[in-house]
Amino acid sequence: MTWKQVFTSSIGKKLVMGLTGLFLISFLIVHVGLNACIWVPDHGETFNKGANFMGTMILVRIIEVGLFLGILLHVYQGYLLTAQNNSRRSQNYTAGYGNKGSSWYSRSMGLLGTLILLFLIMHIYHFWTPSRLGGMWGIHELGEADYNNGAVHIHNLYGEMIQVFQNPVVVILYVLGCLSLAYHLAHGFHSAFRTMGLHNRRYAKMIRNFGYGFSIVVCLAFAMMPVSIYFGWVK
Amino acid sequence: MEHYNMNLTLKVWRQKNEKEKGHFETYSVPGISSEMSFLEMFDVLNERLINEGKEPIAFDHDCREGICGACSMHINGKAHGPWAGTTTCQLHMRAFKDGDTIVVEPWRANAFPVIKDLVTDRSALDRIIAAGGYISVNTGNAVDGNSLPVEKDKADTAFAAAACIGCGACVAACKNSSAMLFTGAKVSHLALLPQGNPERKTRVVNMIAQMDKEGFGSCTFTMECEAACPKEISVNNIARLNAEYMRAAFTAEETMG
Ligand code: FES
Repeated sequence: MTWKQVFTSSIGKKLVMGLTGLFLISFLIVHVGLNACIWVPDHGETFNKGANFMGTMILVRIIEVGLFLGILLHVYQGYLLTAQNNSRRSQNYTAGYGNKGSSWYSRSMGLLGTLILLFLIMHIYHFWTPSRLGGMWGIHELGEADYNNGAVHIHNLYGEMIQVFQNPVVVILYVLGCLSLAYHLAHGFHSAFRTMGLHNRRYAKMIRNFGYGFSIVVCLAFAMMPVSIYFGWVK
Repeated sequence: MEHYNMNLTLKVWRQKNEKEKGHFETYSVPGISSEMSFLEMFDVLNERLINEGKEPIAFDHDCREGICGACSMHINGKAHGPWAGTTTCQLHMRAFKDGDTIVVEPWRANAFPVIKDLVTDRSALDRIIAAGGYISVNTGNAVDGNSLPVEKDKADTAFAAAACIGCGACVAACKNSSAMLFTGAKVSHLALLPQGNPERKTRVVNMIAQMDKEGFGSCTFTMECEAACPKEISVNNIARLNAEYMRAAFTAEETMG
């Protein structure tokens, strides 16, 4: 059995989805942790310093390449699988297949993933592009902030956030993006472990409940960021 | 339970053969007893069609006691109809009320082509079994019962998996037309027992390869199959199948499979 046979089999393809999915989840933990620093009441100093550390450290930048590759693989494989799975039933049921046993979001991972992808493109445009590519090809540059009596001179990503989230439409789109993510994770988290073979009932139940908790906490925290900026809870 | 008679409207999928396009035909079926089984209701209707000189509705059935898995029908959007853990032949008409309209379709999956009306070709499942769902040893004389100890827990889990009757409801109910619950049950019941151990790796690799070749989809764990299964086979068997597959795939030699 060759590696190609392993990863192109129906289980292998799901394995790629699960592994890349869990890798992206690990990124979410770092991301939400760092972003939560906007709630430190120091006008964004902790947040800006943290963001600057992540933006300048070479190791993080290398992992970032891995992150983009992970997203690409997850998206590509996801669409491929969805298309293949949908092609398995050319003639559909007239009375619709029953849904007594499955949740709507477990059946809508492709749709939820697409919404997240659209959100991600907007999100990258809002923050990643100006902070990494600002100044090049006429892309708008981030402001600067001085800390430690002028000794530290770094990007003011915090200021950018405050500015972006003054627009209510953007805030609503972000909240909807987080909601899609929450449902995507509510299924994806435990499903990934099942794909990797978790069949001990005790652990399966634990992972499922942890997955629900994880998706609610992380996505609520993310959603509260634009909301609290818009309502002026952080300044 | 009180006995009653009912008048029903049936919308049944009629299709001459695999090639021809099918359509729904509507039949009014009066005077059906609540004590009939769903298949007996079809028998009554077919008697009438035959008397009228019309082609009776073809449907698969054999044991009519819920153990062979032949009676595959999609009834009002549910595989094997509205009752949980019940095959079509064990579904009784008391599940319906007077005046109900019932939509009956064959299993829909490209891997299960329609042969005629409600009869589909489910031999793809047989070919998955043929690819490895067995133990190839000459058993010889019966061995002493205690020479092969099996934990009670494992024996129970293996037995529950072996309850699969291969009806294909899991495929019919899955939005991906995946046969993972079927294959998971078959792989699990052998993987849990000592007799299944010698061929453990080749079995799972070959059965999955055959499953993919037959054109079933990938499992996305919506768990619709478990709800549709008349034998209530647990999706845990799919997770075990995944584990078995990985164990084999990541340790196998290139020549295997
Ligand atoms: S006819 Fe055998 S299970 Fe229904």
